[in-house]
Amino acid sequence: MTPVSTHPASPTVGLFVTCLVDLFRPSVGFASVALLEAAGCRIVVPPAQTCCGQPAYNAGASETAAELARNVIVSFENCDYVVAPSGSCAAMIRLHYPRLFRDDPQMKFRADAVSRKCWELVSFLVDEMHFEGLLNDFDGDVTYHDGCSGLRELGIRDQPRDLMGKIAGLDLRELSAPDVCCGFGGAFCVKYPQISQAMADNKIDDITATGADTVLAGDLGCLMQIAGRLQRRGSPVRVRHIAEVLAGMTDHPAIGETKES
Amino acid sequence: MRSTSDRFPENAARALGDPTLRAALSRLQQDTRVGRPAILDRLPEFNAIRDAASDIRTHGLDHLDVHLEIFERNVQENGGHVHWCRTGDDACAAIHEICRARGAKLIVKGKSMVSEEIALNDYLLAQDLEVVETDLGEYILQLRGETPSHVVMPAIHLTQDGVSQTFRDHHDDLDAGRDLDEARNLTDEARDKLRGKFLAADIGITGANFLVAETGTAVIVTNEGNGDLTQTLPPVHIVLASIEKIIPTITDALSLIRVLARSATGQEITCYTTFATGPRRDGDLDGPEEFHVVLLDNGRADLLGGEFRDILRCIRCGACQSVCPVYGAIGGHAYGWVYGGPIGAVLTPAFIGLEGARDLPEASSLCGACADVCPVKIPIPDLLRRWRRRSHGQKLSPPRARWGLALWAWFASRPELYRPAARIAMAILHWAGGRQGRLHRLPFARGWTVSRDFPAPEGGTFMDQWRAK
Repeated sequence: MTPVSTHPASPTVGLFVTCLVDLFRPSVGFASVALLEAAGCRIVVPPAQTCCGQPAYNAGASETAAELARNVIVSFENCDYVVAPSGSCAAMIRLHYPRLFRDDPQMKFRADAVSRKCWELVSFLVDEMHFEGLLNDFDGDVTYHDGCSGLRELGIRDQPRDLMGKIAGLDLRELSAPDVCCGFGGAFCVKYPQISQAMADNKIDDITATGADTVLAGDLGCLMQIAGRLQRRGSPVRVRHIAEVLAGMTDHPAIGETKES
Repeated sequence: MRSTSDRFPENAARALGDPTLRAALSRLQQDTRVGRPAILDRLPEFNAIRDAASDIRTHGLDHLDVHLEIFERNVQENGGHVHWCRTGDDACAAIHEICRARGAKLIVKGKSMVSEEIALNDYLLAQDLEVVETDLGEYILQLRGETPSHVVMPAIHLTQDGVSQTFRDHHDDLDAGRDLDEARNLTDEARDKLRGKFLAADIGITGANFLVAETGTAVIVTNEGNGDLTQTLPPVHIVLASIEKIIPTITDALSLIRVLARSATGQEITCYTTFATGPRRDGDLDGPEEFHVVLLDNGRADLLGGEFRDILRCIRCGACQSVCPVYGAIGGHAYGWVYGGPIGAVLTPAFIGLEGARDLPEASSLCGACADVCPVKIPIPDLLRRWRRRSHGQKLSPPRARWGLALWAWFASRPELYRPAARIAMAILHWAGGRQGRLHRLPFARGWTVSRDFPAPEGGTFMDQWRAK
């Protein structure tokens, strides 16, 4: 589905910050705001937003998911766009919201409307706003993990690489298997921790083999999984959301670290 | 086949602790990563053919009743027989009856997943018939008393050393000092063992990759030629196939074969692609005297009318298994029934009941790699979610998971309560993370901390900080 592209010069973007960013890493939210404003957007943050409902949807609790989706739809339908710093939450809204309301024509109509204007942050910046980057720099060797939902459900692969390529000093060292799941999978990672760990270990071996000192991705779920396993294994590789690097906001500690650690 | 799907977590734990299995699976995943892009590079129109393949299967299923009857009529006109079987037991009995009528003693078999589904070998062995698997992988598994762990590479869980040892253990009439370090020697030895069986067999049983309605033809694709020997040398050829294998025309078969081999093994085409149409005719140089098709339903007709209909498009290429990172970690046997991996996670609950296979649809990160490679575009993650919906509706999931979700959803749908609760919870976690910024242990979240540190929150929620700006 191609989202609508008739936007005003300075569109109003509703930032769907996502529950993980809201709770665990607000700096990704502020990095997203900085990038969107630099791209010419006016930002609103609807105050009633919580969770997109994906955990419930993937657990088979469709009614619960629909209830949470309704809150998002009502909160964001007046914005020109809904943008989330997560491929997985954006895909939930873009692809799965309309399905939740298959039997409710009125809500279906509203879900469709929100779905059509929902984007993942980095692809929105590149594909819709033709954003050219902040001309900032980053001193480091970086590798990048493609989150599954963003990659397969929204077709996000080149956009983050485009923007990373514009950052002076950033040396991108590709994983041998950037598109293989890290083993997060929402509740999957706690329901089947051993399988999830085996998948994470494959990812981490791949990350380590690149020699990169920082690993980036566009989804905080994947990043917490990767950081958690890297750090349990005693690896010094740092883990950040790509928005932090694109916005030049890398002064604060990486995921699972503090200034003292 | 008896299922251990209800013990999936234990099965998976055992698999994860088996270094030989991990090595074998890692090789499969590596080969798949390298092989697949090469295939797509050489056939730029692959995706167009994939669209066509999916449409062919959908059309075949939409008119399954019509095509099945056309198929039956054509088999009969060619001089063959069709046996309609509702259940696995019906199919076993029908095959036994054919064997009995011929006074058969020795049966050779080509590879057939459906025969695993109905435990045909056990049934025939119990009737004092000798049954010999002739596909190399299946032959090895028969010696070892194991079941296939992949739909096209049944012995993929084994390494060459394991196969050598199996041959030494079972071929005890041969020189114990023989060289079995070369793969070639292993295949030669299996060939020597099997050749006599082909010549002496009374019955040959094969599966079918497709059944072509317009000609009454059973199509098999193989790489070893064992399928051809199985269906041409013995006086009786029995095709055992499930009803959804029906496709309308020979042209359809050609389109499907183009995506099948590429998806299954990365080959452009298999070494042998064989069309069996009825018994030997006057003037034919070879072929069986009798040609039987045992058409098995075994639950397919029920799937056809329900929300899992799409899974019937499956052409058993195994691409979803080869690419799946969960399958790649635990292999096929952990799934506990005939079909492992993504396809098994959809099919198993349908065949043996959701109660005994509840874990299978849950044990997926829903990464979507399976749907990406499926040559007939089965939306596997969607189908897995449908099983999860049923599990949730029937309260089959653990109470703790259901309550956890309910509690989360209760808060998340009440922003005025969610915000203060989140503020307090994150403050505690931030404090607990201490100087390191992470937690090694976390009450109520052992599932996470058993193998990962838990990154502590940065401190303060985004929503609070945004409002304060």
